[in-house]
Amino acid sequence: MKASRVASARSWLRTSNVPSDEYLEGIYYVQGRDFVDAGIVSSEIKKNLKEKGIPESIIRKVAVVTFEAEVNIISYAEQGTIQYYVEPGSITIEAKDIGIGIEDIELAQQEGYSTADDSIREMGFGAGMGLANIRKYSDEFEITSVPKEGTYLRSTIYVNGK
Amino acid sequence: MTLETIVDELGLKCKCCWEKLKREVTGGYSGDLLSDVMGNSSSGDIWVTRQVHLNIVAVASLKDHAGIVIVQGAKPDKDTLEKAQKEGIPIMVSDLSEFEVVGKIYHLMHYAQ
Repeated sequence: MKASRVASARSWLRTSNVPSDEYLEGIYYVQGRDFVDAGIVSSEIKKNLKEKGIPESIIRKVAVVTFEAEVNIISYAEQGTIQYYVEPGSITIEAKDIGIGIEDIELAQQEGYSTADDSIREMGFGAGMGLANIRKYSDEFEITSVPKEGTYLRSTIYVNGK
Repeated sequence: MTLETIVDELGLKCKCCWEKLKREVTGGYSGDLLSDVMGNSSSGDIWVTRQVHLNIVAVASLKDHAGIVIVQGAKPDKDTLEKAQKEGIPIMVSDLSEFEVVGKIYHLMHYAQ
């Protein structure tokens, strides 16, 4: 049962890598409540960026952003997507979901604030650091949400520093 | 200092990826909140935790940790070991508490060389 769930999640993973030196992008599906596969999308993106020769220090930032975005979708949404674009000078990550959304975005970004339930906390998630981490590792950060509908998040990381 | 030295000195039991024990450990981090570890640990760290489920492997792999030490005699889930094997993340276990393991590793890395 578990194996087939993993397989179906994997089959949802789609990339549309453009084999160009200038441009690389991918889009991945994330299933809500599927904690077994948490991190699978981030690992895939990390692997792609590594193959592309993106510096390790940049990949590490992207990995934090994509992991936290992935865990947020799994924890609070029915489903969502994580998309990334590598452009000259920057990498942008976009996470969109259909889910419970965020009532108070300012509050949600405060470190330590969390609406996670016990099932999420038992696994070591829900510490209220997800959005704070994303912000910390992003050079540009934007989040909008409509309660009971979903959330949109965009993070840009500069490749050559600023 | 290599993982192997830490394993020997602390008497840790290595549960997978023995072939990676030659890796150099450049620092350490301790914590059970995954976002805390995600946000604050570094590449090359040895991560000491009480968590046993498979998401710890995702975190260690994404952060490029040298390995994970599970404390207090806790047993890693079967899924966790399978994933760790796949990702090449050594998992070690100890009967000691998180406090003791961290203290011993810290001492080894900073004073015993």
